[in-house]
Amino acid sequence: MRANRLLLVLLCLAPLALPAAEDPALEKRVTGLAHELRCLVCQNQTLADSNAPLAVDLRNQIREQLAQGASERDVIDFMVARYGDFVLYRPPLKATTLALWAGPFVLLALGVALLIRRVARRREPEPQISDAERARAAKLLE
Amino acid sequence: MRRAWVVAAFAALVILLAVGLTLNPREVPSPLIGKPAPAFDLPLLHAPDRTLRQKEMLGKVWVLNVWASWCPPCLEEHPVVTALARSGLVPVVGLNYKDARDDALSWLRRNGDPYEFSVFDANGRIGIDYGVYGVPETYVIDRRGVIRYKRIGPLTPEVSRDKVQPLLKELSRES
Repeated sequence: MRANRLLLVLLCLAPLALPAAEDPALEKRVTGLAHELRCLVCQNQTLADSNAPLAVDLRNQIREQLAQGASERDVIDFMVARYGDFVLYRPPLKATTLALWAGPFVLLALGVALLIRRVARRREPEPQISDAERARAAKLLE
Repeated sequence: MRRAWVVAAFAALVILLAVGLTLNPREVPSPLIGKPAPAFDLPLLHAPDRTLRQKEMLGKVWVLNVWASWCPPCLEEHPVVTALARSGLVPVVGLNYKDARDDALSWLRRNGDPYEFSVFDANGRIGIDYGVYGVPETYVIDRRGVIRYKRIGPLTPEVSRDKVQPLLKELSRES
């Protein structure tokens, strides 16, 4: 029973253990790229975070290509050609993604503009006091 | 005046969410539409010593259906794929994706084999070239070997009737 439980814990941890890196420099480049690319199976994870079979395959693909002398740019182009811009975890800035990039700033500017207008409107006008009132107040304060 | 602004802003938000939330995030537009189908040279599932090259399909309109025995939605779409193949419009070729040969063969024996032939992509390498990420996937490829349509996920009778079959008929008429 106990042994079973231990086995279960070990099995759960297994995906965390990465294969022994043969070449640390290469492995570092693979991980770097894997952090830039999206896993298409579990879409909110990067290839580095995901252990879906496709993510494993694609990481191997990255490793293979880098080992054969491909540059980071080459690998990214390879992925984009097959899976589209969506595979990039950070979407590129182009005409179709302009709303995505500019949208939050437009909304922020709109919000700030509204806020300024409101605050300006709320500012009370300076109270108008006549000389007589001023004199009365002065007397009361004496 | 002020009220009209609030109502308009709210309506815009509702429309945005109504569109955004009903889009299927799994349907990633494929960059492969309109591009030449990636080349392959793969062993046949039934005859490991023979291979099929993608080039051999040039000159024909055909359907490539990516499937695996481990994939439940493939079983779900199987009757639709079978009906499409039986219609005799165009050849339907299977791409058996990351499967074990024995499992794949017994799956076909159990569920029927609608494919002209199936090619065997054991390590999924060709699947990567085709941008496969959610089996089953279905491609329509024209005479010049250009991918004209891609369906991610199971083929439904509606999609087969309203999209795939009209496209196949249209492409078959093209010379």
